[in-house]
Amino acid sequence: MARLAKSHLPEFSVEVYQNEFLPEGGREVNAVVTVTATGGGTTGGMPLTAVGTADGGRPDAAVVLMVDCSGSMDYPSEKMRAARQATAAAIDTVRDGVSFAVVAGTHVAREIYPGNGGLAVADQFTRRDAKESLRRLTAGGGTAISSWLRLTDQLLHSQDVAIRHGILLTDGRNEHEKPATLLDTLGDLSGRFTCDCRGVGTDWEVEELTRISSAFLGSVDIVADPSGLEADFRSMMETAMGKEVADVGLRLWTPQNAEVVFLKQVAPTVEDLTARRTEAAPRTGDYPTGSWGDESRDYHLCVRVPSASVGDEMLAARVSLVLGQPDGGVSVLAQGLVRAVWTDDTAASTRINPQVAHYTGQAELAQMIKQGLEDRKAGNLDSATAKLGRAVQLANASGNENTAKLLAKVVDVVDAARGTVRIRPGVTEADEMTLETRSTKTVRVKK
Amino acid sequence: MPQLTACPICAEPCEPDDHYCGGCGVELAALAGNAPPHGSAARRAGPPGGGRGPVPSSAVRTVPAPPGARGTGPAAPGAADPRGTAGVRRSPAPAPRGHPDRTCVSCHTGGIDNDGYCENCGHAQPRERDHMERELEGVAGVSDRGLRHHRNEDAFQVSATILPSGAPAVAAVVCDGVSSATRPDEASAAAAEAATDALLDALESGADPQRAMHDALLTAAEAVAALSDGPSRDYNAPACTCVSAVAAPDAVTVGWIGDSRAYWIPDDRVDPRRLTEDDSWAARMVSAGLMSAADAYADERAHAITGWLGADAVEIDPHTLSFRPEGPGVVVVCTDGLWNYAESAVELAAAVPPDARTDPLRSARHLVGIALDGGGHDNVTVAVLPFPPAAGRGTEPAAPRP
Repeated sequence: MARLAKSHLPEFSVEVYQNEFLPEGGREVNAVVTVTATGGGTTGGMPLTAVGTADGGRPDAAVVLMVDCSGSMDYPSEKMRAARQATAAAIDTVRDGVSFAVVAGTHVAREIYPGNGGLAVADQFTRRDAKESLRRLTAGGGTAISSWLRLTDQLLHSQDVAIRHGILLTDGRNEHEKPATLLDTLGDLSGRFTCDCRGVGTDWEVEELTRISSAFLGSVDIVADPSGLEADFRSMMETAMGKEVADVGLRLWTPQNAEVVFLKQVAPTVEDLTARRTEAAPRTGDYPTGSWGDESRDYHLCVRVPSASVGDEMLAARVSLVLGQPDGGVSVLAQGLVRAVWTDDTAASTRINPQVAHYTGQAELAQMIKQGLEDRKAGNLDSATAKLGRAVQLANASGNENTAKLLAKVVDVVDAARGTVRIRPGVTEADEMTLETRSTKTVRVKK
Repeated sequence: MPQLTACPICAEPCEPDDHYCGGCGVELAALAGNAPPHGSAARRAGPPGGGRGPVPSSAVRTVPAPPGARGTGPAAPGAADPRGTAGVRRSPAPAPRGHPDRTCVSCHTGGIDNDGYCENCGHAQPRERDHMERELEGVAGVSDRGLRHHRNEDAFQVSATILPSGAPAVAAVVCDGVSSATRPDEASAAAAEAATDALLDALESGADPQRAMHDALLTAAEAVAALSDGPSRDYNAPACTCVSAVAAPDAVTVGWIGDSRAYWIPDDRVDPRRLTEDDSWAARMVSAGLMSAADAYADERAHAITGWLGADAVEIDPHTLSFRPEGPGVVVVCTDGLWNYAESAVELAAAVPPDARTDPLRSARHLVGIALDGGGHDNVTVAVLPFPPAAGRGTEPAAPRP
């Protein structure tokens, strides 16, 4: 495929927010790293091999829609109908030139469109044909998500494209294969494409779907009411179409004898990347960030460095955004420095950077919701009340209004500022699952 | 290349043709023209030259300026952001790149990356500004990072010129960046440079020294204010103090904003005097008669300054003073990194070596050494100006401006 010199590659920038001052003997360095990709621009003359564009600036991308067709999708039958409509809306959103396919998922995976073991290239005719073929999306059978993912992987890799994305819709648990099979599949396929997941209704498992979306660096959400699917699918596909560069890695250099305590994406959602490190060079590891369009994400880094004397300065981490090149090397898209400076000025060393404080709170908020809901299910109501109360307090203090609203549907808020709540009886499953699914959504620091 | 007599890293003595230090293994050639670390007042820095006229490398003790020329001694070569240098009269130092041949002074293992950190242990490498020395005929200055701060936020300039009358004059400007502000190191470098340039221009055109001093401080304040990124409530604009002194044959003139000081130390050490009055909380308390000096300086607010150069300064109020000493002596200009260890004029006079007037560089080093020996809690900068200024080259009028 022709790769034009000037393509729609985003420009990356990195900003570091931290208090670099440590007290004597201090070792832990915290920083919030904001990575912003600004699309459509040039790369400052940097030759990037990423998303080539066909003529007219069409992205060199492929997307596969996986639609759950298990028997339960017919109960109520409205679910299957809504899934068909949503898929049709998503197909309408696929840009000309993008390769695509539709897969029906049950205990096996079936190609619905184009059905020839490959992908179709979107234009008005293929979109029309694809929508017609959606009549063949009928409910019946079980749920084995691994088979859907493996077929999707095959299809996405049947063409040489830069961006590979999947969209997965399910309404139930992954009942017809062993949990270990799904874990193996995620291990095998992680990094080969990105994937957004949606659960329709309330019979699916939040933790299971979150694990899939995390593995594929995509989003996860609940669509409790099937009528909401169409709008959600359209916006999800629009986001996918906005991606301009795939397989961007966050490269982290830390000094000898330093330890990465954690690296988390903290905006727009909390995603712990610590365990996803692959060693790239001595003292250097890469963490996957998936594909990027016009967007900005925040990362919270915590590094434990060897202590040094007052007056010393150390580079605690170098954070780079890197893109693999065909020759096996990488090009550095942007980088930022995290420093450590030892001082006996306690006013300087005790100051907490507002960004770090904010995201520490947002991560705690997500954790409190998760644990609070678990306690509630397990019947530990005192613990659930304390944790969900703390969550209310954190959401209130940080201005995370969406999460505060979701919490208010699960607990009665007596005093938001103090975190005083009462567990509410008769909470709907949809409200509880919505809170659980969206608990990792964060807000940024108010400027 | 300047010749090192001792390793700037570990102080091991070295021979003229040594390429590597026998003590720590550092490559001496790379350091000779580069940055030595903090720690010893006896070490020499070699800030790259530049500036007007042939400015000697500081490793050379004294190079007389050619008649009619004036030299300025940049105290923060290349370290200042070019944005901050008002009126570029010297070529900016090349941006530091990777140092493939150097190894880390901390772990002796890693190479040095483009940002000046060790690729292995991450330690910041000694920087140009960590220790600076500068001497022109009849005036010298020394600045050191100290032992407890991670960078040197002080800056200074020493210069010598010829007045329209044909008389020689020497000047020194010493600035102390306000640590709690943004980019204090840039503020002090910009102020020292702008004040020196303005001062020399005015003196050479025959201005009254006190007037020249006053205006130079205002120019320096503008240069520092220009570093500010703009008004914002949370933003702490770059800021610094500034003290300057001119020694001409007929008078000593000092000017200041903030709590950096100038002292008059006569050769006979009788009746030494502090010439400046701090813009500080403690000084205000004492002058208002609200507290005794001892109580005021013991207060934790003592060092809070009430006057500074910076975009957020309430008002720029330069203080100046001119006087004619009765006999020979030296003017010592310094930051609080020194005077915290020798506060009164009598204490300081006792610390100034007897030959200060004939060897100002040695005196400046000695005084910096006193601060370091006392704990080196802050950056320390000292300039020493002999009075009367060295004669012998004041025979020609100043050269026309380039």
